[in-house]
Amino acid sequence: MCLECGCGDTEIVRVDVHEKILAGNERAAAHNREHFAANGILALNLMGSPGSGKTALLEATAARIGGDFRLGAVSGDLATERDAERLRAAGIPARSITTGNACHLDAAMVHHALHDFSAHRLDIFAIENVGNLVCPAVYDLGQHANVVALSVTEGEDKPLKYPVMFLKADLVLLTKVDLLPHLKGVSVAGFADALSRVMPAPKMIAVSAYRGDGLDEWIGWLRERLALRAGKHSGAHAHTHAPGAPRS
Amino acid sequence: MHEYSIVEALISRVAEEARARGAAGVSRLYVKIGALSGVEPELLASAYETFRERTVCAGAELRIERVAERWACSGCGRTVERAGALLCPECGRPARLVEGDEIVLERIEMEVP
Repeated sequence: MCLECGCGDTEIVRVDVHEKILAGNERAAAHNREHFAANGILALNLMGSPGSGKTALLEATAARIGGDFRLGAVSGDLATERDAERLRAAGIPARSITTGNACHLDAAMVHHALHDFSAHRLDIFAIENVGNLVCPAVYDLGQHANVVALSVTEGEDKPLKYPVMFLKADLVLLTKVDLLPHLKGVSVAGFADALSRVMPAPKMIAVSAYRGDGLDEWIGWLRERLALRAGKHSGAHAHTHAPGAPRS
Repeated sequence: MHEYSIVEALISRVAEEARARGAAGVSRLYVKIGALSGVEPELLASAYETFRERTVCAGAELRIERVAERWACSGCGRTVERAGALLCPECGRPARLVEGDEIVLERIEMEVP
């Protein structure tokens, strides 16, 4: 007899699961990672507030690298094709992922978009996430590194207010540093201090997409990461869809 | 508000488990949410209330266990408090998060005929 309510028909069974609720997304992310590995691609999850300068940064990067390495991008937004259009105008193969009301990208959305890039040989695939300092940090997309764009106008306290985003960052790009002379009491050192309180191994590069500050250091960071990838990449192998993996 | 997408994933996982065991209903769910998981327990609870109607979880209570953040030195293992920089006060190496980023379904209680 059921001890819970005294009924004779059912019994309460405890089922131990101990599984991440987003395990499904993590499987899709692992599949994306296989896809990147098979094609020797370094994938970056570029996050930050709306207007922090993510798109401008990619535009400036494309202009700076010339033909040194090949950059492709997807851009997540609730609506419009604007960012993808800007990126294509900068010479970056790009498409947008419009999420409707979703506040973040997930691995399946990225997977779906990936298949549009099969014709392009890429070295770096930038996933420009939906502008948001909260939700995107929760979803693994299969990236190799998280890069967070934080603009100086947002204020030094943002890492302390949104610790999860910065805790997960491999690199923070402090953007729009050309505006610092106009901001009273705001300094690069102030941002560095805030980051050290939420990022165990803080790494920050101060950049200005407009004036060019820090872009060489940022591109140097990309080169280092690419070299790391190349070391791990053991030659091309077929990219296959495992049973149960999401299909586009 | 990604809590809705978390609830969606939670309910579909529970439905899968309930189907596999031929459950007549689900009575209780136990989840663990870390303080640095990026998920807000209150928002998760209210998203669950909205979402569970007409699902296998319609009659299931959601119990959320909050897990506090805990940091330790990546070298010597000594506990590190998040007060200043996230470095070990003893050896200076970066701290790592030991606990507090969980978004985990721990247990389901279901009614099985």
